[in-house]
Amino acid sequence: MLAVEGLVKRFGGFTAVNNVSFRVEQGEILGLIGPNGSGKSTIFNMLSGTLVPTAGSILFDGAEIAGVAPHRIINRGIGRTFQIPRPFHRLSIFENVALAGYYGQGRHSRAKADEAAERALRMVGLPTDRHASVDGLGAAGLKKLELAKALATGPKLLLADESLGGLDEHEMDQAADMLRKIRDELGITIIWVEHIMGVLMRVVDRVMVLDHGEKISEGLPSAVAGDPRVIEVYLGTDADSSQIAAAEARRKAGV
Amino acid sequence: MNSRYAAWGVGLAALIALPFVYREPYHLHILVLILIWSFAYTAWSIMGRFGLVSLGHGGFMGVGAYVTALLWNHLDVSPWIGIPISMVAAGVLALVVAYPCFRFRITGHYFVLVTLALSGIVLQVITATRDYTGGSLGYTPDRARSGSGLLALQFDDKTTWYLIALFVWVVGLLIWRWVDRSMSRYAMEAISEDEDAAAAAGVNVTAEKLKITLISALMTALAGALYCQYQMFISPDTVSGIAVSLQMVFAVIVGGLYVSLGPTVGAVITIMLAEVLRIGFGTKAVGWDNLVYGVLLVIFIIFLPKGILGSVLDRLKTQPKKT
Ligand SMILES: Nc1ncnc2c1ncn2[C@@H]1O[C@H](COP(=O)(O)OP(=O)(O)O)[C@@H](O)[C@H]1O
Ligand SMILES: [Mg+2]
Repeated sequence: MLAVEGLVKRFGGFTAVNNVSFRVEQGEILGLIGPNGSGKSTIFNMLSGTLVPTAGSILFDGAEIAGVAPHRIINRGIGRTFQIPRPFHRLSIFENVALAGYYGQGRHSRAKADEAAERALRMVGLPTDRHASVDGLGAAGLKKLELAKALATGPKLLLADESLGGLDEHEMDQAADMLRKIRDELGITIIWVEHIMGVLMRVVDRVMVLDHGEKISEGLPSAVAGDPRVIEVYLGTDADSSQIAAAEARRKAGV
Repeated sequence: MNSRYAAWGVGLAALIALPFVYREPYHLHILVLILIWSFAYTAWSIMGRFGLVSLGHGGFMGVGAYVTALLWNHLDVSPWIGIPISMVAAGVLALVVAYPCFRFRITGHYFVLVTLALSGIVLQVITATRDYTGGSLGYTPDRARSGSGLLALQFDDKTTWYLIALFVWVVGLLIWRWVDRSMSRYAMEAISEDEDAAAAAGVNVTAEKLKITLISALMTALAGALYCQYQMFISPDTVSGIAVSLQMVFAVIVGGLYVSLGPTVGAVITIMLAEVLRIGFGTKAVGWDNLVYGVLLVIFIIFLPKGILGSVLDRLKTQPKKT
C-alpha cells in the first residue's frame, strides 16, 4: 500500500530523516518508535504533505505523493493526527469533525459530511451533539478529537502520532484498543508513532525503530524488543529494559 | 426562527414602502448613501471576519467606479456592461495580489501591508493618468444624451436610486448569510486559526482564501460603480485610496464584524458622523472624520471588539438565560 524509498529531510544543515525506506502492507498496524527527536513526526509530515522531502520517493497505492499538497494527499486517502492536538477552537467539536468529513472526502455533500462526522465521533467515543465546545475537552478528549478528524476524512491509511502522550495508564490502554478497533472494524491500515514502547508493542503487527533519523531495526515486536541496538538506544534515553520486558509480557499474554 | 423571518419580512416591506410615503430628498439621499456604503462594508466584512484584514478595498472600489465611468465616457459602453467589466477587472486585480500572498503564506500584519500597497498603487494610477481620470480633481460620467437614463444607469429620481441601493444591499446581506451558513465558513475559521491543521483536514487553503477574497472584491467593485452612478462624481478621495479603506475597517469593526447587520450599523454611524461634521463645521472639517475614525477604531478594538451590534446582540442573548 505504501512504499517509502530513500526518504531524506534536512532542515538547513541538520538531517532530521536520513535515507529511510520501508513498506506498509494493506491492513497492518506498523509501529514507528524511537526516542524524542529521532524524526518520527518529520516522516509523518512528509507522508501527509505538510513537509516536502529533501530526497526520496513515497508511493501510495502506486502513485508518487512526495511533495504533493496536503489536501490532495488527504483526498487520496491518507489521514493524520498531530502529535500535539490542533483543534479549531472557533468551531464546535462536531463542526471540527464535519469540516474534515466535508473537505477530506472531496467535498461530496454536507449530509455525507455530517454522517461521516457522526460515525467518527461515535467510533472514538465523543458526543455527537452539534454545539459542544472544544474547550471542554481534556487531554484524552483532544486526542480523541484528533483521531475523529482524521477518521472523518475517510482514510485508507491512518497516521497516528503519539496518541498516548499525556495520557494515564488506563487511557493509554483505551487508546491502543481504539486503534486496533479502527483497523479491525474499518479495515484502515495504520502507522502508529510513539516514543515509548509500552502498550504499542501489544497492538502492532510490526515495528520499525528510528534513531537520529535513521532506521536501526525493523521486524516483529518480539524480535525488535530483543535487538541489542534497540535496547541500547532505549537504555540510553528515557525508557529501560523493564519497560520493554513489560510490553513483551503483555503481548505474550495475548491481550 | 419563523418569527425571525417574519421580522425580516416586515422590516424589508417597510423599507420598500418608505420612499412612496416619505419623499424628503435630503433624507432619501442619506439613506441611499447608507445603503451603498453598507453594501461595501458588508463586502469587506466577508473577508475581514476571517482575519483577512484588507486595506486594499479602496482600490477595488476605485476600480469599480473609474473603469465603469471611463468605459462610458470614452467607449460608450453602457454601465450595464461596464459594471460587470469593472468587477472582473477588480476580481483579476484581487487574484493577482492575493494569490502570491496566500500561496506563500503572507498573513497577519504582512498581508495588511501588501493590501495597503494595493490601495496606494490604484490611487497613484488614478492620479498619474489624470489626462483621462481627472486625477485628484475628480471625474464625472457624461450625462446620458437621450431622454431615458436607463441605458446610462442615470436617474434623477431619488426613489429609483433608493430602490436600486436597497436591492443591492439585500443581495449583499444574502451573500453574507450564504457564506455564514456554508462549509466555507468552517474552512475559513479553521484556516484563520491554523493553516496546517486545516490542510490536514483536507482543506485547499489557498483556494478557499481566494474564493472569499474574490467574492469580497467583486462586491466592493460593484459598490464603487454604484456610488459613481449615483453621485455622478468620483474622486480618489471618495472612492479610492487608503482613507476609504480605513473607513471600511472602522465602520465594520464599530458596527460588528461577526453579525450580518454589523456593517450596516457601521455605515449608519460613519455617514451620520460625516454629515454632522460637514453641516456643523463645513469645509473646515474636511478630513476630521478620518481623525475621529482613527481614534474610535483604537477604542473599539480595545474595549468593544465585537462592535456595537455584536455586543448588543450578545447582551440580548445572555440576559434571558440569567432570569
Ligand atoms: N520544522 C523544523 N525545522 C527545524 N528542525 C526541525 C523541524 N521539525 C523537526 N525538526 C527537528 O528534527 C528532529 C526530529 O524531529 P521530530 O520528527 O519531531 O522527532 P520525533 O517526532 O521523533 O520526536 C528534531 O531534532 C527536531 O528538532
Ligand atoms: Mg514527534
